Amino acid sequence: MVIQGFRRENGKVGVRNHVLLLPVDDLSNAVCETVAKQVPGTLALPHAYGRLQYGEDLELHFRTLIGTGRNANVAAAVVVGIEPNWTARLADGIAESGKPVEAFSIEGNGDLETVRRASRAAQRLVQHASEVQREPAELSELTISIKCGESDTTTGLASCPTVGRVVDRFVDEGATVFFGETPELTGGEHLIAARCVDETVRQEFTAMYDRYVHQIESTGADLLGSQPTQGNIAGGLSTIEEKALGNIEKTGTKPVVGALDRAQAPANGTTGLYFMDSSSAAAEHITLMCAGGAVLHLFPTGQGNVIGNPVEPVLKITGNPKTAATMSEHIDHDVSGLLSRDLTLDRAGEQLFDLCLRTANGRLTCAETLGHREFVLTRLYPSA
Amino acid sequence: MTHKFLIHHRGDHVGVAVVDIESGERVQGVFMDDDSTVEVEARAAVPLGHKIAIASLEPGAEVLEYSLPIGKTTASFEPGTYVHTHNLRSARW
Repeated sequence: MVIQGFRRENGKVGVRNHVLLLPVDDLSNAVCETVAKQVPGTLALPHAYGRLQYGEDLELHFRTLIGTGRNANVAAAVVVGIEPNWTARLADGIAESGKPVEAFSIEGNGDLETVRRASRAAQRLVQHASEVQREPAELSELTISIKCGESDTTTGLASCPTVGRVVDRFVDEGATVFFGETPELTGGEHLIAARCVDETVRQEFTAMYDRYVHQIESTGADLLGSQPTQGNIAGGLSTIEEKALGNIEKTGTKPVVGALDRAQAPANGTTGLYFMDSSSAAAEHITLMCAGGAVLHLFPTGQGNVIGNPVEPVLKITGNPKTAATMSEHIDHDVSGLLSRDLTLDRAGEQLFDLCLRTANGRLTCAETLGHREFVLTRLYPSA
Repeated sequence: MTHKFLIHHRGDHVGVAVVDIESGERVQGVFMDDDSTVEVEARAAVPLGHKIAIASLEPGAEVLEYSLPIGKTTASFEPGTYVHTHNLRSARW
């Protein structure tokens, strides 16, 4: 089975063809956003960080931005930073993938001169991207990510099991799938540990899980009221354990072949179902998975999370008939027939798999058509 | 549709309303693993997506859904009890 995708210089396959305007830091957002207005066909990714970060938090900042630029949904990138050194660090990291990258720094030039230079570069890169054609690609060349949001009990009954069927199908086809939401596995973490392919992966997963939960507990804060969220509780979820067991339904049944750090790409040539250490907050989570190389995201929702991502298309699936009726412009796939038992899980899975292929071939998701472009960097601790 | 709630597995203590259930209503639930059914009388209104008990449990008992514990009771349950944060809490945090 094949899709029509964009094959990049390093062989990776994407389903979109973006030209990014990527700021290294908060100070460079204005230039990127101005160039985006000047050169249609570009995509600016403004964000709030990149100054005075250090240590592991700084490494994550660069890994996330470099990974975003390297993502196979990206044809080319213009990098803009306040000063040349970190600007070159980001641009060089993306350029290792072989795709065209141009870098500009603002100090000594000012915004207006940087806008002028970056706009000329962006124009050339948009013309370059416009000549990249879709070509046949195997499903095994795709990387998919999954995460649910504003979950309720219908996610565990309907939308997550539907995604689980599709995850199993993609893994059988040889594709790569990322799941995460580390603290949100609480109550079902033993189910994931039991599915780890060997003792090494099991120990890596368990260490990531324990570290995350310990970090939460060390704050002394009470998570009741935050996890499950207010939306979860309104939707009928009573405890973190109940939320986790519904959440885990979407991971399907295949072995977990690796445990990835945040925004980490799997080793070249490896495929299968991966755990990635991550928050359960939707925008942070999808941003990290996109940076790890995911090109299409499946998002089960109960109460109606409206998340999108600028680089990675997000497909939304709901089993809640009220959400499907009241928020239909956000819902790509309605599986509420599973609750009335007018729809079988096999059929729901086949329909969603078909929609994944159509989306990979270029069909826009609801989130894309509504302009949802949530791009949120994860911070590990405050800046210096 | 004759059922008004679904239960993940045989042996679970709770089911999930798939439509809004009224207090006093006699309602049928379907076990998703074997399509068998159970009937209870709702002791309170249970909104769509919220849980209804199908077993009797003492306070402090483990509550099963998906065949696994989802927390502990903070008050007793009877079949038909509306189950949520007022009578069920996490055993983890």
